[in-house]
Amino acid sequence: MSTPLISARGLTKKFGDFTAVNGIDFDVYKGESFGFLGPNGAGKSTAMRIIGATSQRTSGTISILGKDPEINGPQIRAHLGVVPQQDNLDMQLSVTENLYIYGRYFGLPRKFVKQKVEELLAFAQLEEKRDAKVENLSGGMKRRLTIARALVSEPEILMLDEPTTGLDPQARHILWDRLFRLKEQGVTLLITTHFMDEAEQLCDRLIVMDKGSIMAEGSPATLIKDYSSKEVLELRFGSDRNQAVADQLRSMCERIEELPDRVLMYTEDGEELLERVYAANLHPKTSLVRRSSLEDVFLRLTGRTLIE
Amino acid sequence: MAVAIADARAGKRGERVYSGRVLQLLERGYIAFKSSTYMIVISGFLEPVLYLLSFGYGIGKLLPTIAVGGETIKYAAFIAPALLATSAMNGAIYDSTMNVFFKLNHDRIYHGMLATSMGPLDVALGEIGWALIRGFSYACAFMVVIAPLGLVVSAWGLLAIPAAVLIAFGFASCGMAVTSYMKSFQQLEIVNMILLPMFLFSGSFYPITVFPQWLQFVVNLLPLSHAIDLVRGLCLGHINFGLAGHALYFVVMIVVGLFFTTKRLNALFMK
Repeated sequence: MSTPLISARGLTKKFGDFTAVNGIDFDVYKGESFGFLGPNGAGKSTAMRIIGATSQRTSGTISILGKDPEINGPQIRAHLGVVPQQDNLDMQLSVTENLYIYGRYFGLPRKFVKQKVEELLAFAQLEEKRDAKVENLSGGMKRRLTIARALVSEPEILMLDEPTTGLDPQARHILWDRLFRLKEQGVTLLITTHFMDEAEQLCDRLIVMDKGSIMAEGSPATLIKDYSSKEVLELRFGSDRNQAVADQLRSMCERIEELPDRVLMYTEDGEELLERVYAANLHPKTSLVRRSSLEDVFLRLTGRTLIE
Repeated sequence: MAVAIADARAGKRGERVYSGRVLQLLERGYIAFKSSTYMIVISGFLEPVLYLLSFGYGIGKLLPTIAVGGETIKYAAFIAPALLATSAMNGAIYDSTMNVFFKLNHDRIYHGMLATSMGPLDVALGEIGWALIRGFSYACAFMVVIAPLGLVVSAWGLLAIPAAVLIAFGFASCGMAVTSYMKSFQQLEIVNMILLPMFLFSGSFYPITVFPQWLQFVVNLLPLSHAIDLVRGLCLGHINFGLAGHALYFVVMIVVGLFFTTKRLNALFMK
């Protein structure tokens, strides 16, 4: 592969005694969609802020398009579009004005920005809301506006921190669709998320983070292949019985995970395993056979679930 | 294009904190003014006019003239310069405290601004610049009200307009520096607790010579008393070296305020 756009080695960030990012290495290549998957507090946002040249690392090296964010902050930020976790739209301005002035902050000429604003209103499906005040927009619209705003400078790298947290399923799908289009146009995407379905949908390659460290790296498919079985059988026996039957279940498959509300059994063939469970005279209240997901990978790596 | 613009600034002095985008920040101030903040600006202009009407007319009836520096002038002419100085202060303080606090902590607008190729000094200068434009407009508008009423005794009074801008600059720099250290909305009340007594006791409505010596000494340390002495001296044509001293007081405020604002914004956004 060619030289990476972003390259980090031993990247570390401490806040006092607390280590938010603990010596991580990663490379991001042009045109790929790269994800940071992990629960809240894993260090994903901190890593993003260091890449975005708005936070200074404690140690290690990072190069973004061959530059050091500590020295070339403004030049690096000129390449980036940033969608923060918490919307920070300008509440005193309208939708159009938000896009326009953001382009001006990059020093872009008025004429260029005005033309760009029209294009972005269409992209974000906000043409009908063009003169609305930001506070009157729905959560999904605000998010789309924030993404459109991040695109006003035509960035090579778009960074999205938890892009769909707090959105309803429909708004999430609209947003994913917009992000796919950007990917098709060759924009490099950097995404943090604690939703495994989002990571599977959007990321070509991702790192799984927990407590500031990288637990695993790869494409969603290879991670699932390497760290989990093909299928998962989810059984609920009722919270008081789950533990009692666990020992018996453990001998029936490669691996099980006991969660407070259910037992997960990892196997190559879920239906066949379920038949054996019934044959052993165990009668779960509910059962579900599904494909393995990144959630299972995370559980295997950390013993915990992504959303706690 | 954004990249080429940013690269063109590479190697320039202060490139890590400043990208030469003050005008863009002022453009934002203007757009916001047109669509939402104009009410605040208008009320800021009305305030000194209402004081002038109420006190100048009301107390002016009881006390038609007042002796200042061996000269007898109309009472309204005595308070008008003080009101001009105070409105410059109030406008600058509002812009640099309330307004900045909300953008910083509530709407997080500065976080958005600093994710672009701008730096913290652009933001600080842009916000303070907007406060200055307001201070300048207030001073001009108030002059238009008081000059025809014969309340500006000397032609030196024209210099009260740049003086008001200097005063606004000093208060805005320090106001923004103080705000950047504040953690909660309630702490902003401290600013009001300081401003009101300063307004009442800094010789706005009567000469501070009525106070005992020790209180005069305290009042003379306050920025507003220097602001009032400066503007009043110009409007009355009492030109002396003391005025330069008052102006210097504000130059020091500007330098100190800007230093701490930039330092603090850098710490807040680059942590």
